[in-house]
Amino acid sequence: MQSISELMQVVDWSRAQFAMTAIYHWIFVPLTLGLGFIVAIMETFYYKTGDAFWKRTTKFWMRLFGINFAIGVATGIILEFEFGTNWSNYSYFVGDIFGAPLAIEGIMAFFLESTFIAVMFFGWNKVSKGFHLTATWLTAIGANLSALWILVANGWMQYPVGMQFNPETARNEMVSFFDVLFSPVAMNKFFHTVSSGYVLAAVFVVGVSAWFLLRRRENQMALRSIKIASVFGMASILLCVFTGDGSGVWVSRTQPMKLAAMEAHYDGSEGAPLVAVGILKPEAERTSNEDAFYFKIEIPKLLSIMSAHDVDAYVAGINDLVYGNPERGILSASEKMERGRVAIDELARYREAMENGDSETMQAIARKFDPQTDEGKEFLSEYFAYFGYGYLQSPEDIVPNVPLTFYAFRVMVGIGCLFILLFAVVLWTGYRKSLERTRWLQYVMLWAIPFAYIASMAGWVVAEVGRQPWTIQDLLPTVAAVSRIDATSVMVTFFIFALLFTALLIAEIKIMTKQISIGPKNE
Amino acid sequence: MANAFVKLIDIYRFGFQDSRLFRRLLLLIGIKLFIMFAILRLIFFPDLLAGKSEREKAATIIENLTTLPSAGLGAE
Repeated sequence: MQSISELMQVVDWSRAQFAMTAIYHWIFVPLTLGLGFIVAIMETFYYKTGDAFWKRTTKFWMRLFGINFAIGVATGIILEFEFGTNWSNYSYFVGDIFGAPLAIEGIMAFFLESTFIAVMFFGWNKVSKGFHLTATWLTAIGANLSALWILVANGWMQYPVGMQFNPETARNEMVSFFDVLFSPVAMNKFFHTVSSGYVLAAVFVVGVSAWFLLRRRENQMALRSIKIASVFGMASILLCVFTGDGSGVWVSRTQPMKLAAMEAHYDGSEGAPLVAVGILKPEAERTSNEDAFYFKIEIPKLLSIMSAHDVDAYVAGINDLVYGNPERGILSASEKMERGRVAIDELARYREAMENGDSETMQAIARKFDPQTDEGKEFLSEYFAYFGYGYLQSPEDIVPNVPLTFYAFRVMVGIGCLFILLFAVVLWTGYRKSLERTRWLQYVMLWAIPFAYIASMAGWVVAEVGRQPWTIQDLLPTVAAVSRIDATSVMVTFFIFALLFTALLIAEIKIMTKQISIGPKNE
Repeated sequence: MANAFVKLIDIYRFGFQDSRLFRRLLLLIGIKLFIMFAILRLIFFPDLLAGKSEREKAATIIENLTTLPSAGLGAE
């Protein structure tokens, strides 16, 4: 039996390993999601006009898409390995629900992408123009559909719906695929995430095109690419803002602690302000809204508007969620911990009865987990709903890393706002036909590329760090989800993955920059 | 259907023959998959529930979930 300190080492190294793997994987994914559509739009121009310029331009961006796709392909497989090895309790506990979307993703990605990507890259002059264009669009759509299934699985972890716990198998079993797929959290997450990928791809195209303008090469290709990418980018970032607004509302309803951490909001209040800019004090000094910041600039009422679209809405604070607020009907974390332990004890009793062949006790406990009975309805809503709290050691364990969540949110939103400005200026300058002469803007466009990646990563930090300590919201904390394995082996694989992924990243950057410098090729 | 599959294979084959860049990328994908499946999967990713029946798997997980050394549950 591992001690709690040994177990926490496994948790920490497993989390670090998963975060590192996911971050490296996510470097490649968003560009694939967005660039696929930009390339498809360019090829549509070629299809409609028959102009060889568009074919040459399409093939250039398609080459960059291919490099990114090839380097990024299968990096997600390691994440799936890690589910089975480092997070085996979690994988088994949710296997039926989590496995279904991932299996659909695997099958869909393999058949759709492996078929049409071949036509897209190698089918020029071998199939008709119409068929080639269809293949390009289907490759882009296929990549986005893959993302849908992954994000549905992730959305379920943030807001578990459509399932029923079976004490005999120790598994949550899917009872409504519709509820899992069309969960508002999953849908919002999907559109917010893919639209952020489109923004990243648009910034990439704008930035690379700016490099050509700075070098005074391929001006026509660069200007037309910028035009398409900036329109695409502006539309995408507006969708991103709209879905971000939806995320705020749903996070407030389903993960109030994440929202409180994002805002370093310690005391619940009506008409809560949003901190636009602020510097947090160290953890020990942060106990209330008044003493949490060295300085802050607030926008009155905005947090209430963001969380409920109501200027006077009550927004629960970290203190309310940890210590409870009876006036607002908020249970304290310690009360939830007690209830969670009752649910865990029932599961332990079931296991004991199973071992002893005591079918009477087994049936009695099974009724408590059956939502069709009154007893079951009460037990599930009053106790099992807090199952995961039973594993926590103190009420404060439900608070995620506040500074990381707080600053990551501001980095994401801040850079996003700058991109709205960037696309607006680029579109305006393009409309005035002065883009070719505006050198400072070309530098800004080029240097915007790394910021798109930073914003994209920051978004995931908000989503994933902000939901700690949960792997499945309220049901399974990381400490219960992790496998009983040796921390040293996780540590060793962490560094192996770090080396492997860094090598892949260096390879991508080298191949990509070389191909960009070669530029579009003449047939 | 078979013809379409053969045509798809041909598109891949001739595509890679014609492009040095994509041959290199294919090699890179091959190396990556080899590392992932032949080395990492076999050496570093033992399946903890392999060889167990569904009932045994459930018993293992329930035991893990009910004897965690946290919050006073199970042995420290």
